Amino acid sequence: MSDTSTTTLGRAEGRVAGHAAAEQAPARSKGYWSGVGSRLLRDPVAMLCAALLGLLLLAVIFAPYLPLADPFTGSMISRLKPLGTPGHLLGTDELGRDMLARLIYGGRLTLMLGLLPVIFAFVIGTGLGVVAGYVGGWLNTAIMRTVDVFFAFPSILLAIAISGALGAGIVNSLVSLTIVFVPPITRVAESVTASVRSLEYVDAARISGAHPLTVVRVHVLGNVMSPIFVYATSLTSVSMILAAGLSFLGLGVKPPEPEWGLMLNTLRTAIYINPVLAALPGAMIFLTSLCLNLLSDGLRSAMNIKD
Amino acid sequence: MSEATKGNLLDISNLTVRFHGERTVHAINGLDLTLKPGEILTILGESGSGKSVTLKALLKLLPKKRSEISGAMHVDGVDVLALKGQALSAYRGKTVSMIFQEPALALDPVYTIGDQIAEAVMRHEKVSRKEALAVALDMLKRVRIPSAESRLKNYPHEMSGGMRQRAMIALALACKPDLLLADEPTTALDATVQIQVLLLLRELQREFGMGIIFVTHDIGVAVEISDRIAVMYAGNVVEEGTVAEIIKDPRHPYTQGLLAANLHDADRSQTLASIPGSPPPLDEKPDHCSFAPRCAHARDRCYAALPPVHRPGPGRRVACILEDASDPAEKPGAMAEIH
Repeated sequence: MSDTSTTTLGRAEGRVAGHAAAEQAPARSKGYWSGVGSRLLRDPVAMLCAALLGLLLLAVIFAPYLPLADPFTGSMISRLKPLGTPGHLLGTDELGRDMLARLIYGGRLTLMLGLLPVIFAFVIGTGLGVVAGYVGGWLNTAIMRTVDVFFAFPSILLAIAISGALGAGIVNSLVSLTIVFVPPITRVAESVTASVRSLEYVDAARISGAHPLTVVRVHVLGNVMSPIFVYATSLTSVSMILAAGLSFLGLGVKPPEPEWGLMLNTLRTAIYINPVLAALPGAMIFLTSLCLNLLSDGLRSAMNIKD
Repeated sequence: MSEATKGNLLDISNLTVRFHGERTVHAINGLDLTLKPGEILTILGESGSGKSVTLKALLKLLPKKRSEISGAMHVDGVDVLALKGQALSAYRGKTVSMIFQEPALALDPVYTIGDQIAEAVMRHEKVSRKEALAVALDMLKRVRIPSAESRLKNYPHEMSGGMRQRAMIALALACKPDLLLADEPTTALDATVQIQVLLLLRELQREFGMGIIFVTHDIGVAVEISDRIAVMYAGNVVEEGTVAEIIKDPRHPYTQGLLAANLHDADRSQTLASIPGSPPPLDEKPDHCSFAPRCAHARDRCYAALPPVHRPGPGRRVACILEDASDPAEKPGAMAEIH
């Protein structure tokens, strides 16, 4: 057996050099995010949604510089004007305020209430979940069982309960929505962390002498970020709808502040007089959350790299 | 003991590892192993014989809560079991490094090869990122990765299996460890790449002068790479010797069985030779020869006590009672060892 092996060795020695040279020069590789970007660019649905959202975002950010009527000044003589009224492209609401201006200014609050709670919850939930998943043991039990308690309530009920307890207001809505979104993000973060933790490259990093915090920061976070991020983007539309729901119920933004949910509530009374007008804020909520959902779907498939 | 320890890169004596859980597993039972600087030792054994556990114990990677480790391990005279904090970080990667069976899993998918090597170099050598990348490039060239400059910026998924294993070796050797642990590094590769990686490892060993512990269940691979072979069964070494000694003169029935169960000179018309039975469950601490239930030469004495360890020569040992009979000259010494 030993002499046969030496002959294979000799033969292979010659082969190594030839084989290595035959290996073609690799294509210059792009970074992970540029790969995701180029895949996303090829997804027409996601790009359409991104364009619509981008337009909305621009309009909302630069609202004060746009030639819009003041969203707070009403006029008793021009109440509930239909769409296309001269000077009021989208008509006026029940107090004669310009609908276009109110929808765009309302988008500021609604989008903020859609994004900020998810961003806060993303930071808090990822932290909790990664700690629970990586450390394991009693800490995992403590964090995850606490989180489970929140799952006992439907999210809208939880948001109403917390907002009701804290009182109406923008800050309180932010707090209550953040609390609503921390548990699901924690759970996703915990499960992806637990699966990454047992992978060999985490062991390999420990073996190379990395401090536990370095291992978590570089190798665990680097790998769990994208699935959690995709999940969080899908929560943005939910957050927006919940925020609008809270305002509708009088637990969120207070009048006369324009906000889509609140507008839906106040225009409710006008539904028999001018139904199209009453449906406008709802249509905005629907379109925006649809775009957010489709974009998050596109992002999910663009990030899903299978070896 | 200190005299024996002198000059050894690695000294494991009476290592015992137990895992506690729903049931207790006696993974390693009183293992003794030594390695000289620049030597390649292969641990040969089937799944569950404790090969990988030994390597993990050496790196203190076993889960603290569930594993109970006793015995002593010294690398370069440093007591491994007592290491913690900064000293442990310096020991891992700088003194001892490891390459894994599946390079696709052992390389982080979200960082480039260059970044991963540079990260380890920066940690241990305290150099700038630029210098670390230069080291990474040099290492990729040393492991014969073609067009190393552009490979530096590759992600693991952009490379072939053999290429990835080369990159893994570059990563493991970047900080010039004294001891390299190789956990079946060729098992996941196809045969031609396998021999390339083995040759590369041997060449690099000569270049860097490190000691290697190579774990495999493939006798062919063991023969190619190693100076010495230790055959493991049920958490202990049953036979150890130079490659020639193990291949030409296997003494333990298990080693004989392993060598007989070889595909290379098998006759198509005959059933392949195999060892009957399967490895024992390690629920209890072995109080007799673990191989006895599968052994053709088993007798009552095998079940009465642990087999004596015979040392017919330096670096050669066999843990079997058959040695008592076959080599009467050894008998008194051997008997003394049992008591």
